[in-house]
Amino acid sequence: MEMRWLFSRRLPEGDKSDPLMIVIQQQDFNTSEEIKRLQEMSSTVGAVATFVGIVRDFEGQAPLCKLLLEHYPGMTESRLESISVEARKRWKLIDISIIHRVGELMIGDQIVFVGVASEHRQDAFSACQFVMDYLKTDVPIWKKAFTEEGEYWIDAKSSDGDAMDKWT
Amino acid sequence: MIYLHYFAKIREALGSQGEEIEFDEHCKDVESLLKILKSRGEPWTDLLGASIPVLVAVNQVVIKNNQVLCDGDEVAFFPPVTGG
Repeated sequence: MEMRWLFSRRLPEGDKSDPLMIVIQQQDFNTSEEIKRLQEMSSTVGAVATFVGIVRDFEGQAPLCKLLLEHYPGMTESRLESISVEARKRWKLIDISIIHRVGELMIGDQIVFVGVASEHRQDAFSACQFVMDYLKTDVPIWKKAFTEEGEYWIDAKSSDGDAMDKWT
Repeated sequence: MIYLHYFAKIREALGSQGEEIEFDEHCKDVESLLKILKSRGEPWTDLLGASIPVLVAVNQVVIKNNQVLCDGDEVAFFPPVTGG
């Protein structure tokens, strides 16, 4: 089987005044550790907002056996970086962490983690939602569903485009 | 050389992850590149002929309109994204 999605890269965290972590990996992540890392970034962190996406069964469809996530190495990271830079322009943020898994995932598995640290809750809440809304429509990752009745590529939803449009 | 990449449904339908094609006046922009690919017949004609939504990225940036290509450019074809 073609395994082009076997790819993992941790971007350099770069300028300490503008921290950002973007990771594309096959393996699972530990949300407690990721939240702790954000909390400990600076003594000025007063809020951490997080989002965790999880593989679920689709209502009204054949039961899901597994999902396969494919991505465009390089562009995935650069798009996530651009989205994070845009989020920093809009809100006062201390740190952003994005972890997206690729490869084979089962029901209940974690897919994506977005964590945002800021001084105040509103910045963290808004930026976290902003990053997820753009991730859904702008980042080259695709899901293929394997069910007991066959396999199919999941189609993009127009509601995801609407979610992104509200930020423009 | 122009470096072509295909992803997800497009990759499967074409049976290819990508290819390299010689850069010349016949592929000076995305429109002419599409013309070359579609002239290969099926499944290219159908896939790249708006039968399904296909996004085009040049050097990892999605383009909305035709764009001039340069030698060494990377052009990717893929369906609307579904990550997250």
